Amino acid sequence: MTATTQPAAPDTTNDREPLLVVDDWKTYFKTAGGLLRAVDGVSLRVDAGSTIGLVGESGSGKTILSRSILGLVRSRRKVEPGGTITYDGVVINKLSPKERRRYWGKDMAMVFQNPMTSLNPVLTIGRQLTEVLTLHLGMSKALARARAVELLESVGIPEPKKRADEFPHQLSGGMRQRVTIAIALSCNPRLLLADEPTTALDVTVQAQILDLLDEQQSARDMTMILVTHDLGVVAGRTDTVAVMYAGKIVEIAPTKTLFTETRHPYAEALMRSIPTMDAPNHTRLFTIPGRPAQLTGEPKGCRFAPRCSYAQEKCLTEQPPLVAPERPDHSFACWFPVGTKPGQEALERNLSAGQTAAGTSMSLMTVLGA
Amino acid sequence: MKSTTKTVEGTRPAARPPHRARWIARVRAFALKLATALGTLFVVSLAVYSLQELLPGDPAVAILGEQATPETIAAVRADLRLDDSFLVRYGAWLGDALLLDLGTSYRSGAPVMETILDRLPVTFELMVLAQLMALAVAIPLGTLAAYRAKTVFDRFTTGSAFAMISVPEFVLGLVLIYYLTLGLGWFPTTGWVAFGESPLENLHHAFLPALTMAIPVAAVYQRLLRTDMLATLQEDFVTMAQSKGLSTGHILFRHALRPSSFSLITLAGVNTGRLLGGSVIVEVLFVVPGIGQLMIQSIFLRDFVMLQGTVIFVATAYIVVNALVDLSYGLIDPRVRHRSA
Repeated sequence: MTATTQPAAPDTTNDREPLLVVDDWKTYFKTAGGLLRAVDGVSLRVDAGSTIGLVGESGSGKTILSRSILGLVRSRRKVEPGGTITYDGVVINKLSPKERRRYWGKDMAMVFQNPMTSLNPVLTIGRQLTEVLTLHLGMSKALARARAVELLESVGIPEPKKRADEFPHQLSGGMRQRVTIAIALSCNPRLLLADEPTTALDVTVQAQILDLLDEQQSARDMTMILVTHDLGVVAGRTDTVAVMYAGKIVEIAPTKTLFTETRHPYAEALMRSIPTMDAPNHTRLFTIPGRPAQLTGEPKGCRFAPRCSYAQEKCLTEQPPLVAPERPDHSFACWFPVGTKPGQEALERNLSAGQTAAGTSMSLMTVLGA
Repeated sequence: MKSTTKTVEGTRPAARPPHRARWIARVRAFALKLATALGTLFVVSLAVYSLQELLPGDPAVAILGEQATPETIAAVRADLRLDDSFLVRYGAWLGDALLLDLGTSYRSGAPVMETILDRLPVTFELMVLAQLMALAVAIPLGTLAAYRAKTVFDRFTTGSAFAMISVPEFVLGLVLIYYLTLGLGWFPTTGWVAFGESPLENLHHAFLPALTMAIPVAAVYQRLLRTDMLATLQEDFVTMAQSKGLSTGHILFRHALRPSSFSLITLAGVNTGRLLGGSVIVEVLFVVPGIGQLMIQSIFLRDFVMLQGTVIFVATAYIVVNALVDLSYGLIDPRVRHRSA
């Protein structure tokens, strides 16, 4: 490896100011099994007006990261041992809870995963909208009410006047997610965090909700962080994609580059996991062997090594740094990157040995790139 | 018959506009509740009336005492229709009771209903005061204990609540009398002044008995609300409310309290019924002329007709209040409202 360690957050080509800079952020939890490293040194730079996708499987730390950006991680076991989160030039993780709260709902807003549980069942939809408007924008009740109806209309809710007087349980899942989006957008936030906004919805509704987010994002020139486990979701809708594994970013690149020049074996495996339409019937779906990494304990080597078909001795002992050896905006953390000579050699070595250096049998791996 | 109901059921829903169907369903639910309440009342009245039968020997002698003359005994026997069968007697008594006539006391000579209504305002006032005090203390303490779960504040309040539940009312009353009345002299020891006579004096007299009743009740409320609130605070909609930038107070009391208050309201309803029967111990301890004291007096004086009337009155109050509580769930949770509709 000839690459020198570069700043983890790569310089981007456009000259817009970054709205959000996350630098070496860590969120740990004290558990009975030791320190759980949910987010373990993540650096991100999100330009104003852009959309970044945070992708990873359950337990990769993407949700905790997005909630940490807001400061919404509510746990008495939480430890935040290091890193900074800078929003619009202000180091917000140093602010008091009260100061931080001033950003919530107004500057930064969040759309949650499950609209069936994220709306208060005993308050009318109108009420849940107007309370933000009166709080942050100082609107009168009547004005807030009129604005709430407008907002409901703008997110595509039919009969918004009538709906405003209804309760969440009277609406379908898709409609409820539209309502939570309307609430999140109500005060024109500059940063929108969408935490798996479509995971709990019907497939037919998912695209509609994503289109709505897309549309609102460009109309308002809003910055968006889209958290998802589904690479298909980020494909056409983000400028940058960060793939997370075990609390770390393993690969980050402009969306197109990530799909065409995938370097990290985990990112590649995630892509393979998307079922394709042109595969013959009864083709076995691709799966990543093993289970998500244990996040407790001191990390040794690459966290993905036990599940990786490229794994070598080096992967078990040395942690690969997040570097950008090829182009400044494409970083990845791998000793034997996919599509490179060392990577190809590593794979062939493992194939001929029948197992990886971590001891995982190659027969469990669907052969990649060979 | 069967076929007609079938056709009625088969054709009606289609023809019936939805709001009418909802209205009918609501009336049906209400009627069902009413029928249940009436059924319970009937059983209670039967049980209460048969108490008389359980008295050893002649009820008339039991009522009048050993020294009664044969003439008075005969008069009472005739009055109580003791020569008729049980069912006939019960039917006559029930008929009178439905017309709000619970008979006349042989001790005081006063109509039972009148005596009860005379005492009711006192007990009612104590109940309202005790409930208000209990809720005023328990709601903020329970909510905050849940919000600050497992902190010193939580352990202290929840621990004290547990202690308060374990202290019997008569001990609590005596302790309060000892310190606040005898020690500090803040309150009159015993007695009662009617509200109409002097509202301030009335509240002065009512405070300590109400407080004695309120403390254990508040402790139960606190623990109940803490548990429910703790569960609510884990809900997504609370995190969502937080992400909207709402203040903690707003989230706790406007968003989380209502969904957390079901058990609390159920119990408060049960307590309203229970306290309407008068807290016998508190009323006796503080010499308050309420229903509870009336009941105890009737027992000691063997005023059987009075006791019967009091018990049936208390039972009715209890059942009616609980039926009302059942109906009130819809006010708290719109989901209940729409489900029953």
